[in-house]
Amino acid sequence: MARVEAEIGKPKGGLMQWIDDRFPFTATMKYHVTEYYASKNFNIWYVFGVLAFVVLVIQLLTGIFLTMNYKPSAAEAFASVEYIMRDVEWGWLIRYMHSTGASFFFVIVYLHMFRAMLYGSYKKPRELIWLIGMLIFLVLMAEAFAGYLLPWGQMSYWGAQVIISLFGAIPGIGEALVEIIRGDYSISDITLNRFFALHVILLPLVLIALIFVHIVALHEVGSNNPDGVEIKEHKGADGVPLDGVAFHPYHTSKDLVAIIIFLMIFSGVVFFAPEMGGYFLEHANFEPANMTATPEHIAPVWYFTPFYAILRAVPDKLWGFVLFVASVLLPIFLPWLDRARVKSIRYRGWIYKSALGVFVVTFLALGWLGTQPAESVYVIMARIFSALYFAFFLLMPYYTAIDKTKPVPDRVVYHG
Amino acid sequence: MNEDDVDRLDRNRRHFLTVATAVTGLVGAGAAAVPFLSSLKPSARAQALGAPVEVSIGSMQPGELIRVLWRGKLVFVLRRSQEMLKLLPENDDQLRDPNSEVAEQQPVYAINEYRSVKPEFLVVEGSCTHLGCAPLQDFEVRPSENWAGGFFCPCHGSKFDLAGRVFKGVPAPTNLRIPPHRFVRDDLILIGQDTGAA
Repeated sequence: MARVEAEIGKPKGGLMQWIDDRFPFTATMKYHVTEYYASKNFNIWYVFGVLAFVVLVIQLLTGIFLTMNYKPSAAEAFASVEYIMRDVEWGWLIRYMHSTGASFFFVIVYLHMFRAMLYGSYKKPRELIWLIGMLIFLVLMAEAFAGYLLPWGQMSYWGAQVIISLFGAIPGIGEALVEIIRGDYSISDITLNRFFALHVILLPLVLIALIFVHIVALHEVGSNNPDGVEIKEHKGADGVPLDGVAFHPYHTSKDLVAIIIFLMIFSGVVFFAPEMGGYFLEHANFEPANMTATPEHIAPVWYFTPFYAILRAVPDKLWGFVLFVASVLLPIFLPWLDRARVKSIRYRGWIYKSALGVFVVTFLALGWLGTQPAESVYVIMARIFSALYFAFFLLMPYYTAIDKTKPVPDRVVYHG
Repeated sequence: MNEDDVDRLDRNRRHFLTVATAVTGLVGAGAAAVPFLSSLKPSARAQALGAPVEVSIGSMQPGELIRVLWRGKLVFVLRRSQEMLKLLPENDDQLRDPNSEVAEQQPVYAINEYRSVKPEFLVVEGSCTHLGCAPLQDFEVRPSENWAGGFFCPCHGSKFDLAGRVFKGVPAPTNLRIPPHRFVRDDLILIGQDTGAA
């Protein structure tokens, strides 16, 4: 922050100066907002960070209002959600915003992560931003999972049963660990109560802290761009990157357009398709939890299905668990798996372009397969796509190293 | 600190004190964590609610299955017909553990060809050993499919026979678990307790 301290040295007087003498308000605003320079050639892939933040705010706000009427007990939870839907004024809107927000959070985060894969945003010097981002993703998954138990519907109960049982596959400590997670011999009122605590206190706190660190790390090294060139390497006489424009007002006004378009789509779903044909709110969850009968067809919410398909593809409990965990954790290693000397897909060769294309198809196919019953042809397809999923990551050091790349320009360019 | 002070500094002593302080702090933090972690275990009430349950079986017909909850877990009580019992040994070569060799999956008195105290009455936890879904009953005998009746898990396709024994080639690793139980009378089973008084 040394660069801004010189400027705030000159006395301004007034209230702002009084605050700045005691708290680095102006300096912080300049560092993170009005004098944070990001590349001028950002495209649509660069709006998802801001959109993720918008959804976070939506989730926090609606979540607080939901807790005012929700009852975290097995006897009352399901009825209290129905109470919110029917009797609380606008309760249905707040709840649908929250449930739709959860799905949109994942849509946006997946697109945000895909952007990093398109433009090599995880590569040096941004490895730590990627690692923190992956941590955010893991905490977000835990947050969504804990939240899904709260309505205490059939899918809440049996989905949690399946996922918690996964930990029982760990040799030795598995059974004891499962008992600690549940706090009971089966998923019960006690489990619901503690998942509520995790969902509304612990995990959101961790999430917010990690997002803060994510942004601090980003602003330290600076944003990547679609060309994958470091704009800080070409600065003007004033020390401002020649290809950079200030986050505010330039990027914020562009982001505002994205936010408005996002809110239009979001509202469309909230008002006209909050269940999204059973993908955002599963039909089985409109029945209260019943410990004596598993729904005929059980599937997690769509954002977990790619990993769930991998779990189901393995006809062995322990290996299913191992590959499931591996499939979630493998992207963490992308900064080191990717050996290409260029960042952006614009300057990569056909091999990475094809691999990424296959990966996108694989991820979507696994996502779809995870929603289908575990029957013969689907299981075989899930095995093929699981193999492709792992091949994308595990063969990456090889194919990115031999891939022919194009020369990267010094400065950002526009592709018309 | 001037140079004389630096010379007189006993680095070994300082190092020892630093390590000792850190270790003491860690031990303290570890001790403080015990109550918090212990609070996550099943509470006294949860344990009390895990008390045994009685199931009256006097009016059960052959082929009838009833579902009871013990410790919040689903338990099936199945009265197997003579035909069902007759077909059981035929599954043996398709099973992963036909002789109930995995010790944790049943009490010693259920290690037999029927996995039960009395051949007719199967008492088994209705919780798939893969990921805990409740298996569905599929008692129809279909010789064409080599199926002598049994349980089918809707979640991930695991199959079990009418003694809760797992078939090969399915994700469930072990046979369905037999809970501790005993016959109080000929028409009354106590689930959750096998010796002494309840």
